[in-house]
Amino acid sequence: MQSQLPLYPEQASNFASSVDSLMVFLSLVSLFFTVAITSAIIYFFFKYRRKQVNEVGVPIHGNMRLEVTWIVIPFILAMTMFGWGAVVYVEYRHPPQDTLDIYIVAKQWMWKAQQPTGFREINELHVPVGRDVKLILASEDVIHDFFVPAFRVKMDVVPGRYNTMWFRPTKVGRYHFFCAQYCGTNHARMGGWVTVMEPSDYAAWLSGSSGAEADPIVLGEKLFVEKACSTCHLGSGLGRAPSLNGLYGAKVLLAGGSTVTADDAYIRESILQPSAKIVAGYQPLMPAFQGQLTEEQILALTAYIKSLQSQPVPAKGAGVAPATEKK
Amino acid sequence: MSPTSTAPVHAMPREHYLNASYGIRSWLLTTDHKRIALLYLASVTFFFFVGGIFATMIRIHLLTPNGYLVSPENYNKLFTMHGVAMIFFFLIPSIPAVLGNFLVPMMIGAKDVAFPRINLLSWYIYITGGCFVLYSFSTGGLDTGWTFYTPLSSVYSNSAVTPAVIGIFINGFSSILTGLNFVVTIHTMRAPGMTWFRLPLFIWAQYATSIIFILGTPVIAITLLLVGLERMFHLGFFNPALGGDPILFQHLFWFYSHPAVYIMILPAMGVVSEIIPTFARKPIFGYSFIAGSSIAIAVIGFLVWAHHMFLTGQSTYSALAFSLLSYLVAIPSAIKVFNWASTLYKGSISYDTPMLYALGFIGLFLIGGLTGLFLACLGLDIHIHDTYFVIAHFHYIMVGGAVMGYVGGLHFWWPKITGKLYPEFLARMAAVVLFVGFNLTFFPQFILGYLGMPRRYHNYPPEFQVLNVMSTAGASILALGYLLPMIYLTWSMRYGKVAGPNPWPATGLEWRTDSPPPADNFHVTPEVDWEPYDYNNRPDLGLAAPLAPSHAPAHGDD
Repeated sequence: MQSQLPLYPEQASNFASSVDSLMVFLSLVSLFFTVAITSAIIYFFFKYRRKQVNEVGVPIHGNMRLEVTWIVIPFILAMTMFGWGAVVYVEYRHPPQDTLDIYIVAKQWMWKAQQPTGFREINELHVPVGRDVKLILASEDVIHDFFVPAFRVKMDVVPGRYNTMWFRPTKVGRYHFFCAQYCGTNHARMGGWVTVMEPSDYAAWLSGSSGAEADPIVLGEKLFVEKACSTCHLGSGLGRAPSLNGLYGAKVLLAGGSTVTADDAYIRESILQPSAKIVAGYQPLMPAFQGQLTEEQILALTAYIKSLQSQPVPAKGAGVAPATEKK
Repeated sequence: MSPTSTAPVHAMPREHYLNASYGIRSWLLTTDHKRIALLYLASVTFFFFVGGIFATMIRIHLLTPNGYLVSPENYNKLFTMHGVAMIFFFLIPSIPAVLGNFLVPMMIGAKDVAFPRINLLSWYIYITGGCFVLYSFSTGGLDTGWTFYTPLSSVYSNSAVTPAVIGIFINGFSSILTGLNFVVTIHTMRAPGMTWFRLPLFIWAQYATSIIFILGTPVIAITLLLVGLERMFHLGFFNPALGGDPILFQHLFWFYSHPAVYIMILPAMGVVSEIIPTFARKPIFGYSFIAGSSIAIAVIGFLVWAHHMFLTGQSTYSALAFSLLSYLVAIPSAIKVFNWASTLYKGSISYDTPMLYALGFIGLFLIGGLTGLFLACLGLDIHIHDTYFVIAHFHYIMVGGAVMGYVGGLHFWWPKITGKLYPEFLARMAAVVLFVGFNLTFFPQFILGYLGMPRRYHNYPPEFQVLNVMSTAGASILALGYLLPMIYLTWSMRYGKVAGPNPWPATGLEWRTDSPPPADNFHVTPEVDWEPYDYNNRPDLGLAAPLAPSHAPAHGDD
């Protein structure tokens, strides 16, 4: 437990200490300048107090050397702050490989989290300690923001696109998470708890609770048929649209010759606005599903497409770029 | 040490702008920049009062974690309307439209602004915009946050968004016309001898502010119009369901609203740059650096807007560029603070009320500016973005900075505006009360923010209560600090001692005429043959011969 009046939240992720170090550095620099300038002002204020009513001050118009000094020194300090802050930010914005991916869907005014097994929770998030966790964030309505003070991380959840954030929990416990972007009436109630567990406890929790939930892959396969995706996207590669086997994570060759990695954002865009990126050798025939699928249905379709990763890629009729173009 | 203790007893001038004509029509149809300034004074004070009542209710509500005073809907309306009233209808027009209107022509030795009738039109536009916004407040209120983020504002909000955005759209033209008027006035109407580098620093600050008014305001006006169009006619500008981009709104909004912060603070810096040399009775240290830094802030200030958007998913390169530029805009602000502090060195410093406000401004602006560095720091912003740290930071800038400058300026020029002196002791007390109350209100919010309390929360986890109670306690002291000047300044208009033309004495042209000035400002067109704040070559001020700069280290830069 912390004291009655703590100055910083608990440190429970890999980012906590790097953010706190920045805070300490900037606070010390600020404290130095505040004290230095304030004491100079107070000293001058008393030392050069007006002694006679008609007295005037000594006419000093400036000093070039001083001006240069107080431009150069703050500039160097500012660049240090910029550089150090940039290092932390760049690390935060580039998740490592092999993360535990959890989908988060925000809507007025609740959070839904979907574990890799498909288990879903509301206003709760369970993660194992010591594992790199990546959250893929989607919003059904307005902009929200997923904020965990103990992890020192937050990211806006913007409708119409996926944002990602990552962290590595370092301490078992339960921590508040908040919605940090004002989202309407019950913004302040749109929060919950992150539970950081030992990996074994996490595994047990996951296996104990996942049975009751619909598997997103099954749900996605059902949607794939219902929405008639399956009439064109034939696994054999003989349909009017490319086969999706082996697609997820691969490079796709587009009309025009460029390539794109088939990640969550690409799949989402290709469902909602298919004409944005056309696979080489195919006609722009697919209808746009913009506004016709909920975020969770998109996640289910993505999960299904992901599950086709291990299926055999047909020699012809797939969007996947030839192996020579792969990195 | 009262400024009048050795001065002769003054009498009010027989004829001045206040009694030049009588009747309500003579005010509502006036083209006298001084009367227009007073029309603005009354109207911005009204909006300050409205915004202040909302702020009071917010602080009372936050006394307990569950907040019993108002419902969540009403709490959201309170902070939104507080922001809209304070920013668009008080802070942005306060110093430019009140002090600027009164002083810009007088300081450069002109009879009026370049376009007096457009000046009056600006006020009517402001009032029209204000009426739309008050209509929004009183018919359903506004709950989008003053930032109007889409698609919340353009699709989801059930409050009176449309009249509010129309009001702010209209009000924008008032700013644009005022800025245009000032730029033309400063370029074309300077008195003989008033060269650019003899201009008071307040004029430089107003000039920089006017540039932002003219270049930035059209962007916010159009942006809010697009929000209104999306709301009324379902045109897909920002709503992703209609193919729009909600982040585009933020780019457009902050392209104006970040420079708008400089609209609020630059004129206050101008006021402080007038007060400090006057009450230290010496030339300002580094005149050209202070003047140049105002222009630098106005220019670089247009290039930093996306630092409000580091966590929207913008590209890493964009974030790096905007963070770097944000650090650059801090340098000219630092230059000003160092030069103000150095001006005190070997001065003849008095404790008069405007000086207390100016020194208070430096202290609070210092904290506000330095905490801006925290928010510009990419790594740190991940944690403190959208928390109470931001709230504390921008209140230090806008209230600790801009409002302290405005109230200090009101005191400084009050004798010129009304011809009367306010009660000095009471005024000094009020300045101290304001300073203490302000810090007690907003400093705890830095800690709250770092602990993780998000902004715009009508309830909060119980561990945040102690700091919230401290903040509310401070706010009650702060409220007293604002009520006192409202009361004694009003009182002094009738009962205050007669000030005389130049009670401090100060060096500017506005002090070379009667207090209150005649309708045409000057009895004879002034000619300027002195440098700004030059106490040593101004026998007309009746001060002692200067001390010889015996061991002055300075090799002047000018």
